[in-house]
Amino acid sequence: MDGLNKLTIAELAEKLASGECSSVDIVNDVFASIEATDGTIGAYLTLDRDSALEQAKAADASRAAGETSPMLGIPVAIKDLLNVKGQPCTCSSKILEDYTAPYDATVIAKLREAGAVLLGRVNMDEFAMGSSTENAALGKTSNPWNTDHVPGGSSGGSAACVAADEAIVALGSDTGGSIRQPAAFCGCVGVKPTYGRVSRYGLTAFASSLDQIGPLSKTVKDSAILLEVLCGHDPMDSSSIEMDVPDFGNKLGDDPSLAGMKLGLPKEYFVEGMDPEVEKSVRDAVEHCKSLGAEIVDVSLPHSKYAIAVYYIIATAESGGAGCSVEFDGIRYGLRIDGKDPIELYGKTRAAGFGSEVKRRIILGTYVLSSGYYDAYYLRAQKVRTLIRNDFTEAFKRCDAILAPVTPTPAYRLGEKTDDPLKMYLDDILTTPVNLAGNCALSLPCGFSSDGLPIGLQIIADSFDEETILKVGHAYEQTTEWHTRKPEIS
Amino acid sequence: MSEENQGMDVGYVAHLARIDLTAEETSLFQSQLDQVLHYVEQLGELDVNDVEPTAHAFPVYNVLRKDEPGKSLPHADIIANAPAATDGEIRVPKIIDQ
Repeated sequence: MDGLNKLTIAELAEKLASGECSSVDIVNDVFASIEATDGTIGAYLTLDRDSALEQAKAADASRAAGETSPMLGIPVAIKDLLNVKGQPCTCSSKILEDYTAPYDATVIAKLREAGAVLLGRVNMDEFAMGSSTENAALGKTSNPWNTDHVPGGSSGGSAACVAADEAIVALGSDTGGSIRQPAAFCGCVGVKPTYGRVSRYGLTAFASSLDQIGPLSKTVKDSAILLEVLCGHDPMDSSSIEMDVPDFGNKLGDDPSLAGMKLGLPKEYFVEGMDPEVEKSVRDAVEHCKSLGAEIVDVSLPHSKYAIAVYYIIATAESGGAGCSVEFDGIRYGLRIDGKDPIELYGKTRAAGFGSEVKRRIILGTYVLSSGYYDAYYLRAQKVRTLIRNDFTEAFKRCDAILAPVTPTPAYRLGEKTDDPLKMYLDDILTTPVNLAGNCALSLPCGFSSDGLPIGLQIIADSFDEETILKVGHAYEQTTEWHTRKPEIS
Repeated sequence: MSEENQGMDVGYVAHLARIDLTAEETSLFQSQLDQVLHYVEQLGELDVNDVEPTAHAFPVYNVLRKDEPGKSLPHADIIANAPAATDGEIRVPKIIDQ
């Protein structure tokens, strides 16, 4: 076979069902593509071809025995912060370079159960702390549309491998935009599910009250199919919600009408300094949705401008100050640099093991939680979080979903913002509010800049209303061509 | 919130966080994090006296499970990840002097 790597889950499902191709054929084409282009893109950190082929053979055997799950035999790339038993899980950090995961994350167990093929592990910003995948200690990833530009982050490897047809679909995680922003930068689809939809068990935490695992894919339909497998209550994650999982994939019909749907346009999301080409593409997309029958209403999310400040206090407090990174101490697993006593060991280990951005965030998180500053920073940020959440509650009284840009600009150049952390943080202004409020959002391609870089449209809906973002996205996608464009990788 | 804020001493906080910084890192992070702290001071503009804090988007309380012994991960798999181990136990530096 040839070019199966370029197809979607939905297209491959038909070919697999009719016997036109096997899962082994798909895996072979995906590996051929990785060999051809990943030297340039650098999406993957670890690949295990033998294991992938073995899983593909098992999937083909299950199909021959009558199994028909939509993910059966479909290769999936895994962001390197999800535990897969027996594989590395480096989080692109030196501190976990030699760690071997002793168990499967719940989403991995669900993928195995659905018969998916775990392809390999893709690059990311260290511990998901970053927006460009430049904070990765163990690999360098480029944007497939222009290799001088960043793929976005932190799920940069996930977005790049899907855009480059080096995977059919990928898993990412989104704490402040880490699925939606790289999806926008690389011209693919990404979904940040509602907090609590997907179990976080086995996800190396960045900020526990904000993290969600989600899909990156070539089409909205594919994200729907994968999302359905990922969702569901898990006793191993006490924040996961006991709620039925809708039949996301099959509910997406062929009728692209948005008649009867109210879509909100928040004025605060067209921020100062926004690239005019991004603004135009998004406004064109809004007009397009109107032509599909949607009613466009103005909504206001007045506290949006505080989201970055709130986000960087809460996220760093949860990661650095309170928990997630505290366990990386050189004692039980991971890197250890010996010292004369435990204190010296901790200090040396964490100095050698963490990159600059992780160190900065741990220090900031420790500070905002420290005695005397807790009320001024952390408690105040939590209160403003309430105001941001209330903004969405009010807005969704007036509309079914919100349309917005994902990022103020298309993908910037590698190295352009690495010396100025605050400048990079400010780019998360349009994605962080959704994590703070806990609701769901989708990013999909809605245009290209004059330099040929993708532009993303963000569709935001109320909590547990993934069906609406998928419906709007699918309707838009069925009646536009942006998602069919492919980068030329030289 | 700026009045009582004496600013962050990066070297001191890094010590609390158990990260040994070089002199270059200390001075670079000091200027970068001063900028970030200056930026977040805008939250002081808002009157939040009567606002309840949000810790989790969907607070769930008292998630309990039956108190039944489950299966632990295999001992050997855990020890295999330890940076130093002897006889199935993780080796650590001496904590208390004799």
